Amino acid sequence: MSLYSFGLEPLSCHAWNKDRTQIAVSPNSSVVIIYEKKGNEWAKIHELTEHSGRITGIDWAPDSNRIVTCASDRNAYVWTLKDKVWKPTLVLVRINRAATFVKWSPLENKFALGSGARLISVCYFEKENDWWLSKHIKKSIRSTVMCLDWHPNNILLAAGSSDFHCRIFSAYIKEIEDKPGPTAWGAKMPFGEMLLETKDCGGWVHSVSFSPSGDHLAWVAHNSSISVADATQGKEMTQLTTDRLPLVSVLYVSPTEMVAAGHDCCPFQFSYKGPGSLKFVKKLDIPKQTSRGSMSAMQHFRNLDKKATDDESNELGCLHQNSITQLCIVSGTKAHVDKYSSVGLDGAMVLWDFKVLPTYTTYTKGCGHPVK
Amino acid sequence: MAKNTLSSRFRKLDIDEFDENKFVDDHDEAVDNQGPDGAEIDNLIRQGDMMTAFHIALRNPPVNTKNPAIKERALAIVLRVLTSFKSSDIEPAVKSLDRSGVDLLMKYIYRGFKKPSDNSSAILLQWHEKAFAVGGLGSIVRVLTARKTV
Repeated sequence: MSLYSFGLEPLSCHAWNKDRTQIAVSPNSSVVIIYEKKGNEWAKIHELTEHSGRITGIDWAPDSNRIVTCASDRNAYVWTLKDKVWKPTLVLVRINRAATFVKWSPLENKFALGSGARLISVCYFEKENDWWLSKHIKKSIRSTVMCLDWHPNNILLAAGSSDFHCRIFSAYIKEIEDKPGPTAWGAKMPFGEMLLETKDCGGWVHSVSFSPSGDHLAWVAHNSSISVADATQGKEMTQLTTDRLPLVSVLYVSPTEMVAAGHDCCPFQFSYKGPGSLKFVKKLDIPKQTSRGSMSAMQHFRNLDKKATDDESNELGCLHQNSITQLCIVSGTKAHVDKYSSVGLDGAMVLWDFKVLPTYTTYTKGCGHPVK
Repeated sequence: MAKNTLSSRFRKLDIDEFDENKFVDDHDEAVDNQGPDGAEIDNLIRQGDMMTAFHIALRNPPVNTKNPAIKERALAIVLRVLTSFKSSDIEPAVKSLDRSGVDLLMKYIYRGFKKPSDNSSAILLQWHEKAFAVGGLGSIVRVLTARKTV
């Protein structure tokens, strides 16, 4: 794992380009800065300055190489690279409150935008008039939409909201795509249809993530819990409350394992194997070896006198020194992630390696078959 | 000054009540628990069976009602049990609870902190220390985020 510091300002969000040589970050302001990897350092190559409000979401479509940004100024822009310059195109999202989250769909022909206007704006490009149009999903949403995730079938969209519920909607746009086949969540999917509404989660839903197959949906809520809804088991929900500070970002890294991070400043691994079986696996940060060195007795007592502690360092025992705001897959697919990145309020971006530990085989008595 | 600045009656108006987008909590159809049984607990305290009294006090928490009287009554009963514990008995009592029990205990502890009586704070702080050791920061976060309070 490696840490890169992008300054002192908190990083609200980030997105990677296709080959992971460039990263777009926003330092808690109205600009997006694109850095390119030069050796071991990151050099600033572009600055996108069209928004007038704080940037709340960035997403970079890998294949079509377009960036979509959204901000608290109620706007979203789609940026395309022309002659080595990023040119913005305004998207008519028609919201009257700040945008909070944006995500390209898997096929990159549309994107979804969450907002404080209690609706989701699904935007697609209309070729005839050469502009981006939007359709609104408002059903049942009673407060700010905080996070979104697309199902692999490019139609279903999961949304977590600060009304304590997590929902799955259909974002099928008949102008640009074919009718979808049935999924484990439901068969009828007209635009705006709600296929799942969870019961009261106990807190604002900070982040949602579909599993690689799309049959499970994981989310984290502000009451320090992580939950999974299982479409294959009658949409049954399993919740695990943790004894830590709330998690704000969750990511599926394999069909059963998830990584979640938040105000505890380091990522944790969770595992879901079936209803009732949502477990905490381990903390994914290696604590720094505190090199105390040799402190003289005089120094020891002087510290005790001045600071009431003989602990020299005032750093947290993990890589990030402040809350993590967002996790993102760097290499691999959701079914098998090798590397993922995290950005935090400390202005740092950390690249983490993910390894699924091999399971041990055990033998059952008199059976002779290995049972994992 | 003009006459219409004299009245400040408008300041007593709760403007949020008139907001048509006002968020209303889901109405849970679950059973309205009435809180623990005071007489039964009094008996058990007199007999000295603190553990059973403790478990009964934490049963049927009045989380779904909006009636403050029921909540006050339940709180009083639970606090009576908590304050009659010996310091050495607190830890095994906390250990005998499951996850949601620890969260519920934390909710009562913080409500007890809100209205301190003569010697309740000291014993409540001991309860808090032991409950925190088991429930961690997560249990305190759940006290803060709970919409259905005890």
